[in-house]
Amino acid sequence: MIAIDTVRKRYRSADGTVEIGPVTLEIPAGGVTALVGPNGAGKSTLLTMVGRLLGIDEGAIEVAGYDVSRTASKDLAKVLSVLRQENHFITRLTVRQLVGFGRFPHSQGRLTAADEQKISEAIDFLGLQELESRYLDQLSGGQRQRAYVAMVLAQDTEYVLLDEPLNNLDMRHSVQMMRRLHAAAHELGRTIVVVLHDVNFAARYADRIIAMKDGRVVESGPVAEIMDGALLSRVFDTDVQVIDGPDGPLAVYY
Amino acid sequence: MTAPIAGTAVAAVGPDGPAPDVPVATAARSGSGAFADARSRRRYLIVLIALLLVAGGCAYALLAVGNPMPPGSEGFRLIAQMRATSVTTMLIAAFCQATATIAFQTVTANRIITPSLLGFESLYTAIQTTAVYVLGVAGVVAIQGTGQFLLQVAAMVGLSMLLYGWLLRGRYADMQVMLLIGIILGGGLGSISSFMQRLLTPSEFDVLSARLFGSVSNARVEYLPWAIGLAGIAGASIWLSARKLDVLALGRDVCLNVGVDHRRQTLLVLVLVSVLMATSTALVGPMTFFGFLVATLTYQLAGTHAHRLLLPLGVLLGFVVLAGAYLVMDHVFYAGGVVSVIIELVGGTVFLVVLLRKGRL
Repeated sequence: MIAIDTVRKRYRSADGTVEIGPVTLEIPAGGVTALVGPNGAGKSTLLTMVGRLLGIDEGAIEVAGYDVSRTASKDLAKVLSVLRQENHFITRLTVRQLVGFGRFPHSQGRLTAADEQKISEAIDFLGLQELESRYLDQLSGGQRQRAYVAMVLAQDTEYVLLDEPLNNLDMRHSVQMMRRLHAAAHELGRTIVVVLHDVNFAARYADRIIAMKDGRVVESGPVAEIMDGALLSRVFDTDVQVIDGPDGPLAVYY
Repeated sequence: MTAPIAGTAVAAVGPDGPAPDVPVATAARSGSGAFADARSRRRYLIVLIALLLVAGGCAYALLAVGNPMPPGSEGFRLIAQMRATSVTTMLIAAFCQATATIAFQTVTANRIITPSLLGFESLYTAIQTTAVYVLGVAGVVAIQGTGQFLLQVAAMVGLSMLLYGWLLRGRYADMQVMLLIGIILGGGLGSISSFMQRLLTPSEFDVLSARLFGSVSNARVEYLPWAIGLAGIAGASIWLSARKLDVLALGRDVCLNVGVDHRRQTLLVLVLVSVLMATSTALVGPMTFFGFLVATLTYQLAGTHAHRLLLPLGVLLGFVVLAGAYLVMDHVFYAGGVVSVIIELVGGTVFLVVLLRKGRL
């Protein structure tokens, strides 16, 4: 379980201070939880705070009983993995070498046969076996995105936090990615929290939706509860209608 | 050094998820360690062995070429022994500069800068110039000696610590800001030095400018044990954390994700880098382009991201470049001493050629 207790974060910007929070929230273990909301709602900020990439000003966050700001980063890396939107670095790596870094918390860089096994599994899971010997700078944005996700899956943590994993992905790969994340949650028993832009992806593949607006959590619950026209219109400040699609509710806002 | 296993054969496991068309069994999969495939591993080994041979050849040539006594005689040995000081100095300088530059470029995530930006060389120039300015020609002598050598190292490390303080300050805790301040401080020190140099008599200036060219002959035998000690401790610490450097190269977010304390590790590496740079600068003087050149060529030749393999290659390459430059200067142009000129000329050309051919750093 991820327990977020009255967490606040303040930013100074040109027009005064922007405040995220106070957020109090519990995300149960297992399944896929989607964070949705308009731009600037604080979804990514909240996710990166849970993933201890960003410090908290007030409050506390616990993941599986570990306080993220107190637990040694090294220990936390075996429980929790987090992937941000932008990843850019100077080293030239192949897909497999990148995924290999996901095993660092377990092997400290000395890969064992068991590590190799996990790396292969993660690569196969994301359908990257054909690309594993290619360098990252030879891949398309979407392929690279999949390689990063493979890296955090190879880390083999119970909790996986992903900030907009569908960025750069076309229709087909978005669907494949969400199916894989769904499968990772339900077949491999991971707890996956994703920031998503498209409510319909959340509705189809997530088990729970958390809606944020202006730095606060405004709604949270099972998909059926959140997929409501009036509720979504309020969250996004746009007219949203929810209709019955072939695979469940569909939000229409075009 | 043990070569890592490049392609461990792992039979593909059945898909636990919906991943389509997984091959039933693949032979050796691509490498997940230091090398992408067996070919790049072989290439690394060949480059390493070739460099070892060339480095050995250069070292022997430095001791033997132009040695007036017949090889094997007592006189030959004595002359070679005296020359061994400069070979050792070159080894130390190559070790310091290569290790420091590669580590520095990794933690700053930037491959077109060198740790000289932190102002080591401007401070060295300022110290030398001040000594001559205040004491005249006697100043050059006054700042030689083990105590003075260690004081210079301490001053340079102190200056960089001051800069690193910026990384710890809340609001402006930023690597770019720190580097910018380093450049400005270095520029300021440089201007003060030039101003003082204007006021020197021509003969004082002449004596001083010999000290301001990076040169192995600036080193004195009594410095060497200290230099070896300092470089050895700082270098060994960097080499021992080579695997963490691999992760640091992936940036802060990935670092934290896999449980490497990015800030602490970065600061530690920066402190060690400044010890190495200060030692090298106090020993042989400014060598701005040298470390940068060696690091760039190392990345091109090594074909791996693993620092435990990059660092030894870099040091060997540094020694070959330095020793080669000395051999050419001493025995072809008979212009020993101003070796930085040839390093910058040849090195700069090689660097441009490599860059234009490969199109990336």
